[in-house]
Amino acid sequence: MMIWVNQIVQGILLGGYYAVIACGLSFMFSVMRIINLAHGSLAIVAAFGLYVLADQFGFDPFGALIVVLPAMAVIGWVLQRTILERSQRGGMLVPILSTFGLSIVIDNLLFEHFGADTRSLAPYIDELSWDSWQLTDDIAIGKLAAITFVTAVVILGGLQLFLTRTQLGRAIRATAEDPDTVGLIGINARRVNAAAAAIAMLTVGIAGAFLGMRATFDPYAGGPQLIFAFEAAVIGGAGSLWGTLIGGIVLGVAQSIGAQINPQGFLITGHVVFLVVLLARLHVDQIGTRFRKTVRRSA
Amino acid sequence: MSLDQTIRIERWTPLSRAAILIAALVLVLLAAGPLLFSNNAVDKLTTLFIYVMLAVCWNALAGYGGLVSVGQQAFFGLGAYAAVRLADAGLSVYPALVIAAVLVAIVSLPISAFMLRLKGGEFAIGMWVVAALCHLLVNLDSLVQGETGTSLIALNAYEADTRHALTYWVALGSMTAILAILFALLRSRVGSAIQAIRDNEEAAASVGVRVMSTKRIIFVFAAFGAALAGALWLATAITFQPKTYFGVQWTAYMIFMVLVGGLGTFEGAILGAVIFFVIEAWFGASGVWYLVGLGATALVFALFLPRGLWGWLERRYDLALLPLGYRVTIGGQPPSRERTPQGGPAAPAPTGNAG
Amino acid sequence: MSLLEIRNLDVRHGLLQAVRDLSLSVEKGETVALVGANGAGKTTLLRTVAGAHMPAGGSVVFNGIDITTVPAYRRVGLGIALVPEGRRLFGQMSVEENLVLARSAGRRGDWTVEHVLDAFPNLKPRRHAKAGNLSGGEQQATAIGRALMTNPDVLILDEVSLGLSPLAVDRVYASLQSLIGGGTTIILVEQDLRRAMRVADRIVCMLEGRIVLEGKRGEISREQVSEAYFGLGSDKGRVHA
Repeated sequence: MMIWVNQIVQGILLGGYYAVIACGLSFMFSVMRIINLAHGSLAIVAAFGLYVLADQFGFDPFGALIVVLPAMAVIGWVLQRTILERSQRGGMLVPILSTFGLSIVIDNLLFEHFGADTRSLAPYIDELSWDSWQLTDDIAIGKLAAITFVTAVVILGGLQLFLTRTQLGRAIRATAEDPDTVGLIGINARRVNAAAAAIAMLTVGIAGAFLGMRATFDPYAGGPQLIFAFEAAVIGGAGSLWGTLIGGIVLGVAQSIGAQINPQGFLITGHVVFLVVLLARLHVDQIGTRFRKTVRRSA
Repeated sequence: MSLDQTIRIERWTPLSRAAILIAALVLVLLAAGPLLFSNNAVDKLTTLFIYVMLAVCWNALAGYGGLVSVGQQAFFGLGAYAAVRLADAGLSVYPALVIAAVLVAIVSLPISAFMLRLKGGEFAIGMWVVAALCHLLVNLDSLVQGETGTSLIALNAYEADTRHALTYWVALGSMTAILAILFALLRSRVGSAIQAIRDNEEAAASVGVRVMSTKRIIFVFAAFGAALAGALWLATAITFQPKTYFGVQWTAYMIFMVLVGGLGTFEGAILGAVIFFVIEAWFGASGVWYLVGLGATALVFALFLPRGLWGWLERRYDLALLPLGYRVTIGGQPPSRERTPQGGPAAPAPTGNAG
Repeated sequence: MSLLEIRNLDVRHGLLQAVRDLSLSVEKGETVALVGANGAGKTTLLRTVAGAHMPAGGSVVFNGIDITTVPAYRRVGLGIALVPEGRRLFGQMSVEENLVLARSAGRRGDWTVEHVLDAFPNLKPRRHAKAGNLSGGEQQATAIGRALMTNPDVLILDEVSLGLSPLAVDRVYASLQSLIGGGTTIILVEQDLRRAMRVADRIVCMLEGRIVLEGKRGEISREQVSEAYFGLGSDKGRVHA
């Protein structure tokens, strides 16, 4: 019995990681209406960046973030001004096609440089990778997992505050709502979108760090990470910040319970739960629309 | 322009008649392939036919339907898997290929029931999730033995020459069938409907287009085509390793073919497949740089030339090889090609090309 | 030197010519009313002045600076503020947030959130309400307030009475009175000829992208304007002092 509880606890903690990787995707979608298919691959870029700094220069991964995070922000800025901006003008299909092409380029360039071997940042953070608080015989809370979860909450809270309390945050919200009108009150929409992309990439960098620390990664790990981020974002309700935490937790718990049933179950349960939630949500929408129609008719 | 001039709506033009004739001739010539070429060449052509099928079907979904799927490898893999299972159950190999595709098409119906409610990027990644799930589920089958895979052993019953020839003919026949079905679909009401939906779903619905069922037809067709392609790939490769068939690189290939050839144009998808085939023949061995090149080319085309090479040709020379659009002829005057600075047909020109 | 000088402006929507060879000057402190039927090109002209639309030919000179190709957000920094047709508020954000956003223009001046709320007292209780939930009149007030927050030298109002009840329109114009009297340069589009002639120093009538009648208040009659509005009058042209 307690094993199941432990799995649920692990799932919740895993949800923290999913929230970190999902919030950037969700954020970019809310602000720019783009789903960036290169999202996962960019997280892997950050992970490899930290790996190189640790492996070749001896930097501690947490410390190396000082280098990698600004680099990610710059990447986000450049990405927006070069590829994403142009893609937005091209219509609905172009952003999907261009970001997918980008992900292929990134994945294979990483493979070209680093080869097929899986890497990990765990060796560079010593005990943190396996240290845990033993609550009971069966339930343990990993320190890294806990840090990840807390970071997720901090990031989401921070983003929330940023969007509601700062001028740039307000500008981002306004540009997301009506990019044509913001120019009329003095806001440079292009710069605002570039800033939003930079912020999204910051979270992606953090996600890459945590991924590298808790697990292994290889040049082609971007795709699966994109899928997890997407599933967490959609389960929680695309566009809602705290929803990504809920979505991440649901996904993490589903996966952990599935893993307990069958080793293959980890991934399968996650996907199945995602599809079920999707189906349920679409049905609820349908029911909602039908309900509203009947109410209107009888009014 | 007085009102008593006759206005005719034409679909066939002399050029399109010629094009269809030539296409038919080419297909007939190709049928003689195994009698003329070596096994190696026959094998290569079979691969080309498979690429054409993949490109045409992905284009039907994305270019005509406006539904970009990053998960068509789901059906590609399922088609091969179904063929393996059917052959294992005792069915004759070549019929098994086609039946496998039909089965997968049937399976795609319930999938379409909820995937089609998604739009844009959500649909794209959603299909990727479906592909990942199918991959995982197929891995569970003991016949497949996880990533180790299995083979279409039944093919060994045939002599090499016969096997290559039979696979070639089935591939040629399949490609022709897919092209013919899509051609018929596009010329029918469904064709106009799906393009209307692609351009503006709400507006299409408001004029009575049955959005869901139209999308579903295209979705199932694309699934059928991808599955057939997968089964045929199995027939050429003989081995079935889930990772190869369910990998997202197939979507990368499809996107490259359609973007470079021409998104939303029938001829473009075929052109793209041919170009991809040639590029793969030359650069395929370059390993990773080849893939980088594919991705970068797709990226560049998406940003700068989204209508692809054929789309550019069409616009530049007002070319329409296939009778898929409508031409309005007023007063019996032949189509003229006056252009405004923007490059579209001039407003006062007596004929225009729509569709 | 006029505050705003529009010279031979040509603006297109695709192939459609919306503004043809239009020239107009606006002096500092003037209130100019732009009248004309729907489709005459008024909104297009105003949007081009504000930078939301790029002209195909001609020039726009503001305070001596050629701003023809300057992007909209920078024109706000120079002192041009447009209250767009249809208000275009950020519906998910509160009234106060909509107002505060306009500080992004970075211009100093008298207008603050408190001053705006004083000018439009009906907004005071709705300060934290979502802009999308406001009534038409409240939304119009917010939109004007938002433009004012950029401390503009010239305020452009496109169809403030659109979709508003007569009472709400009265209230809006009452609030504008202090602005109009106080020396702010204003260009406004108004469908109600009587109100336009009461409020403006100069009337400019547009038809099919051109100015067909122009004159100071008191020099032209309402009949003349009505005729020009519909393109009927023989008295076409500019009436000067």
